[in-house]
Amino acid sequence: MPGLTFEQIHQRLVEKFGDAVGPLSPPKKDPFCVFAAPRLGEICRFLKDDPALYFDFLEDLTATDHPKENLIRVVYHFYSYRHRHLFIAKVELDRKDPQVDSLEPLWKAANWMEREVFDLFGVTFRGHSDLRRILMPDDWVGNPLRKDYTESGGYRGISNVRDNPLDLYLNMDRQVRAEQAAAQSPEAAAPPAVAPKAEG
Amino acid sequence: MALDQLIVTKFGTDAEHEMILNMGPQHPSTHGVINFVVQADGEVMKKAVPQVGYLHRAIEKIGEIVTYPGFMPYTDRIDYLAAMFANEGYALAVEKLLGLQVPPRAQYLRAISCELNRIASHLISLGTMAMDIGAVTPFPYALRERESINDLLEALCGARLTYNYHRIGGVAFDMPEDWMPLCRKWLDHFEKILNEWDRLISFNEIFVERLAGMGTIPAEMAVNYGLVGPNLRASGVDFDLRRDEPYGAYPDFKFMIPIGTAYAGKHRGGQVGDCYDRFYCRVLECRESLLIVRQALDKFPDGEFMAKVPRKIKPEVGEAQSRIEAARGEMAYYVVSDGGERAYRVRARTGSFLAMGIIEDLSRGLMIADLVALIASLDVVAPEIDR
Amino acid sequence: MQELVDNLILRWGHDPASWPITQGVYLVAMLLVGMALTTFGAIFAGLLSWWERRIAARMQSRIGPNRVGPGGLLQFLADALKLIGKEDLIPSESDNVLFRIAPYFVMTGFVLTFVVLPFGYRLSPTYMNVGLFYVVSITALIVVGILISGWASNSKWSLFGGIRAAAQVVSYEIPSGMVILVPIIMAGSLNLHDIIRAQGGAPWDWFMFQTPMGYAAFFIFFISLLAEGNRTPFDLPEAESELVSGYNTEYSGMRFAYFFTAEWGGLWVMSALLTTCFLGGWQVPGVSMETLTRWEAANAVPWWFYIGSAAVFVIKVLALVNVIVWIRWTFPRIRVDQMMTLCWKYLVPIGMGLVLLEAFTEILSFRIFGEAAKGQAKLGSPRDILHFAFFVIAGVLPLAAFFMKTFRNIQLTGDRVDLSNW
Repeated sequence: MPGLTFEQIHQRLVEKFGDAVGPLSPPKKDPFCVFAAPRLGEICRFLKDDPALYFDFLEDLTATDHPKENLIRVVYHFYSYRHRHLFIAKVELDRKDPQVDSLEPLWKAANWMEREVFDLFGVTFRGHSDLRRILMPDDWVGNPLRKDYTESGGYRGISNVRDNPLDLYLNMDRQVRAEQAAAQSPEAAAPPAVAPKAEG
Repeated sequence: MALDQLIVTKFGTDAEHEMILNMGPQHPSTHGVINFVVQADGEVMKKAVPQVGYLHRAIEKIGEIVTYPGFMPYTDRIDYLAAMFANEGYALAVEKLLGLQVPPRAQYLRAISCELNRIASHLISLGTMAMDIGAVTPFPYALRERESINDLLEALCGARLTYNYHRIGGVAFDMPEDWMPLCRKWLDHFEKILNEWDRLISFNEIFVERLAGMGTIPAEMAVNYGLVGPNLRASGVDFDLRRDEPYGAYPDFKFMIPIGTAYAGKHRGGQVGDCYDRFYCRVLECRESLLIVRQALDKFPDGEFMAKVPRKIKPEVGEAQSRIEAARGEMAYYVVSDGGERAYRVRARTGSFLAMGIIEDLSRGLMIADLVALIASLDVVAPEIDR
Repeated sequence: MQELVDNLILRWGHDPASWPITQGVYLVAMLLVGMALTTFGAIFAGLLSWWERRIAARMQSRIGPNRVGPGGLLQFLADALKLIGKEDLIPSESDNVLFRIAPYFVMTGFVLTFVVLPFGYRLSPTYMNVGLFYVVSITALIVVGILISGWASNSKWSLFGGIRAAAQVVSYEIPSGMVILVPIIMAGSLNLHDIIRAQGGAPWDWFMFQTPMGYAAFFIFFISLLAEGNRTPFDLPEAESELVSGYNTEYSGMRFAYFFTAEWGGLWVMSALLTTCFLGGWQVPGVSMETLTRWEAANAVPWWFYIGSAAVFVIKVLALVNVIVWIRWTFPRIRVDQMMTLCWKYLVPIGMGLVLLEAFTEILSFRIFGEAAKGQAKLGSPRDILHFAFFVIAGVLPLAAFFMKTFRNIQLTGDRVDLSNW
């Protein structure tokens, strides 16, 4: 069966779920639509089980951070091997306390991908079997991919700033020259302007 | 300590009677820096929990800091064994955002360099798999052939591992004059070497017995867990992006897609989707890549190798997704643009990341030696997992 | 050897029976011989490491050690010097005493086997009546050392290696002990020299080709010895890709050198046992029991016979060592449960069957041929013809087919057979 287009899939979803499915964004290179966060679970179950849609592959699960709109958008890419069609959906979550249902019961691929979004953005997925950090160490503070993330100045005593090595080298060089000049000045009466050239 | 909490949450209280072992992060046979916390009752494992993140380099965050063309060398490091694919995926996503059309010569150059890189990556994967099972000799054989590929690609783009060859709008350099006959000569030589490889290790009794019927992943499980690439095809799912969602120059080529059909044979307990299937699918894919490169060299078009691209790449507001069939599976790039010089978000979803997720659920009842074989057959590399 | 020392004492003008310091001289002689054998074992282990590295490298399209000494021959000395000069590291949580003595168990078990190995005609330190039995039992010391080292390292991975080694070696003692009964039945004695004498010079008079049971016993013994020596495809205890180095991960410096020497030198022991029991020992046509009978009767064996027999023995042992090295770099390793299945479900029943069949064949042969079935057959007798036929079918033809296949494979990859590229 040939794959459905974005519009056809969107049409089918709107027929089933009405308001919970937002309008299809204008095709700015990849159209997507926004689902209502509370009904994500049932919409996704429909996407997976409906014979005409049959999205059996959760291709990507990621998030984008929009501090200006005070939103975190979780992005889902669905793909169907049977029908060879693709769909992109988003969920908009409040940035202060982003929570959404987990898709792990439907697609096990969501397991690790949701852990990554939890780790890097701070989104809590309700119903996930094992929500803990995956890429950062377990006792890391902060969510690195957020736009307002600042490093906390070190991790367990390991500093995350250091002097520019070039500056360090220049300082060391200046110090050594000063010491050599101090050692030489009691003996020779050479003016200091000549000393660096002589020792170069 | 994090490990104690992990033990309590994941392994339960009967952890007192069994051994909790750390396999990794420094280990000769986990492919890269990955740690496995293994709960083992003697040789038989109850559970193996992977711990990743040792190679996390915040590449996605860097994508928000550097300009669009400046991000290209970083994509090499997402999977340094198959760097051409990472380059191409990013280039395709940004070209989609810009609405650029890549000239045919550039598309052919992309296809040739990618397929050669696929062969190189598969050689490493097969060689290390054989080495993990104990046969040390196939690995230098694979490396020897890979050296020739490295030389060819070095003549093409100047680098042996992290190529930074594809650009937004085409490729960086044109094919040198005497490159094509050298490549053809090597292709003829490599075909015979593949036969030798089969004689050496693919049909070796001990090797097949180690891998047949082990770590079987049925097709529904593979799709549900999001496995891609050779892992998915070895489980019987007939899907390949190059044929089913073609991009670039692939519509011009005719090639077969190897699917897992219990190559080990029923008499040895082979099942569709076991470790030996994944191994042998990669061997067959090497042959198909050979055919593709030959066809590409035969049909090689003239023309520009780079489209006309503005000096400063500033795509309009929007987002684009590109999917390519990389050596380790389907790599999907998702680039969000806010109209500026720098991307708003760059996301690379790699095949190894999803493949790691399946190991914990497959590990029950396996032996430690089998865990090594399973990881090797899934062809995971740490840079793809951690980015 | 005792006769040799007695002759020496006589030459010095004393009577061995009454001289008060005879025992002292014996002791000195034993110490000297012991040191010589240990040195031989260690140097052989070193040279074998050079040979193995070159062979492995050539098999893998690379070159191997070729800088230190002519063709890299002195590489093992450089390695030994480095290992001796290393810091003596002992893991802090390890069992102090056990960690230190484990290598000595392994070395002892290895070196003590040299006492009975025949290097040539009457060229072994002792003439034990139970030589074969002694060898099989003394090599069991090695597994004690391995188990101790795995436990004492206080590392879970080393423990894995030690336990796997114990399971493997102890299991494979059974088929090896059982299948070695076949040459014992054929020869009628446990004495290694008698076993050699019971074979003949020509290849079809060797035990391997005298009966199909001997043929099968050779291969089963070969497999069991590979397993006992922890060689691929049975090198699970030191599986590099899983356990880094198994039971000797925590060992460095000279202690590691002991394990290393015992493992590589053990190849000599394995091959010597195989040669003695199945391949005729130091005999080839021309340097064999047939040519020896006249001289032995006159008690005038020429000096070159001793050297010739030693050379033949060494060549045969080195050929087998080469095959073992070859196998190591070709095959992958098998898993623990597959190894156990192979031993208990296949090799042990087959070994038992072979022993029964061989005993039956001995009796039958006595009835049919009238002579003792052991020993080489008289030239032209029906038994001799049977042996020759079996030798051609089971020995010459498979070997020729193997070589032809190898040459064809080399040609198929577009390469040529070129031995000048060493």
